[in-house]
Amino acid sequence: MAQNRDLPAGLVDQLFRNTGSSSFTEFVSSYAPDLLPRRSEVLATPIGDQVPHATTIVAATFAGGVVMAGDRRATSGNIISQRDVQKVFRADDYSCMGIAGTASTGIEFARLYRVELEHYEKLEGRTMSVQGKANRLATMIRGNLAMAMQGLVVVPLFAAYDPDRDEGRIFSYDVAGGPYEREKFDAIGSGSIFARGSLKKLYREGASADDMVMTLIQALYDAADDDSATGGPDVTRRIWPIVGVIDADGFRRLTDEEVSGYVERMLEARMISPDGPIAPLR
Amino acid sequence: MRDKADYARKGIARGRSVVVLQYVDGILFVAPNPSRALHKISEIYDRIGFAAVGRYNEFEELRLAGIRYADINGYTYDRSDVTGRGLANLYASNLGRIFTESIKSLEVEVVVAEVGDTREGDAIYRLTFDGSVFDEHGFAAMGGQAEAVAGRLKEHYRESMTLAEALEVALTALTEPGGERPPVAQLEVAVLDRKREHRKFQRLTGARLERLLAGAAKPAAEPETPREEPPASETPLSAGPSDTPPPTGPEGDVDDGSSPL
Repeated sequence: MAQNRDLPAGLVDQLFRNTGSSSFTEFVSSYAPDLLPRRSEVLATPIGDQVPHATTIVAATFAGGVVMAGDRRATSGNIISQRDVQKVFRADDYSCMGIAGTASTGIEFARLYRVELEHYEKLEGRTMSVQGKANRLATMIRGNLAMAMQGLVVVPLFAAYDPDRDEGRIFSYDVAGGPYEREKFDAIGSGSIFARGSLKKLYREGASADDMVMTLIQALYDAADDDSATGGPDVTRRIWPIVGVIDADGFRRLTDEEVSGYVERMLEARMISPDGPIAPLR
Repeated sequence: MRDKADYARKGIARGRSVVVLQYVDGILFVAPNPSRALHKISEIYDRIGFAAVGRYNEFEELRLAGIRYADINGYTYDRSDVTGRGLANLYASNLGRIFTESIKSLEVEVVVAEVGDTREGDAIYRLTFDGSVFDEHGFAAMGGQAEAVAGRLKEHYRESMTLAEALEVALTALTEPGGERPPVAQLEVAVLDRKREHRKFQRLTGARLERLLAGAAKPAAEPETPREEPPASETPLSAGPSDTPPPTGPEGDVDDGSSPL
């Protein structure tokens, strides 16, 4: 990389040469590959337990959009390493991603992915299709497979509003890539099994954004209830889940006041019925 | 050297003008441009916009290089570490090197504008084909007729104009006295709006632009239009009626790289 950098920047030496592709990741890997969140060296021992891990992210579609929410806990083994970590990131005006797994690598991915989308948009003068965005993320995750094998697993969840269909779409991934499109909802991270169980019972087709935010808050609470690595709402410190809503107007992160409203209503109901809303039997 | 400079000046003077000026909430770009696909104005980064005149393929290369430069630096450090000054310097060094080293210099003139948190933080840099940089205050004009346009701009420009007023001033400057304004469909207009979140750059098109133009047209510019025949200089191949010298590029001698900034 150093030898690339030594050249004076500019067109003459074609330092910023056009690779023929509008991908920022591709450009970085030819210009300064060590900036990418990939490591080529092999670790002597897996370090999965020693670095902070991000946990549960949930997402669900509603009529005309999609909501994503994530808890705020990061854990290293049995230690809570951070109480207010951010795991849901705005990717561009109409999409966002949540990360589970190694927090540091995940945050780098989110940062790179944001530039990736924006770079394409500026070079091409158009927004990438939703499917294109989902595919790009798959390629980036696939590149991390070697590190995942060493314990530095990152798995994202991607949600976007598709203007062509006027609906929200959700894509999930595994360590080897993806994408897997989900119809209604999905969850990733250590608490995802519990969150998914909860969502299965609470998800309503064609619900409003307001209802769907509440559904996700309930699902996160259920995940935190049964999974030690997922953090519940921290009432004393006033740390609430991060909730992002995407619809035709674009991505909007709910303010702490808005989220605390949902959380307080949910907690009030749970004081009476601790297991949360009960789905009808028939 | 002189031949190269003349060649570049002539090339640039063939095109239409582009105007960049400050308004109260940021920076406005206006370019008469019949093409909707080939932009003269575009976004480089969160707070940085780009406008160019001259040969499309040449300034498109500059634009792409600028985006790569901005994105790689914003990714390496932080988004706030990408500055218009850095980009202007990158362009200047390249334009200068190409001017001295290649057989043909680039036939382009470029504006790099950066919007700050306040008026004082705004910056407009104009770069010419030989790599000279001009730190403009308030407004800049370039392209064919640049001198005449700049003169009209200077006459009408005021500080802290609203967007509609600024647009009005820009169009007045771009139109020859007595001439007809370009139709809305042939205007490329964009702003760097400091009030926007995340990315400040926004194109103004369609209904929004028409509303702005309608709002602006009322108070000013009614009297001084004696509806006569529009001068038949649709594409001003030969420079305008009276002022003859191709009015672009640095005045006087060719810049030898010793100019300040």
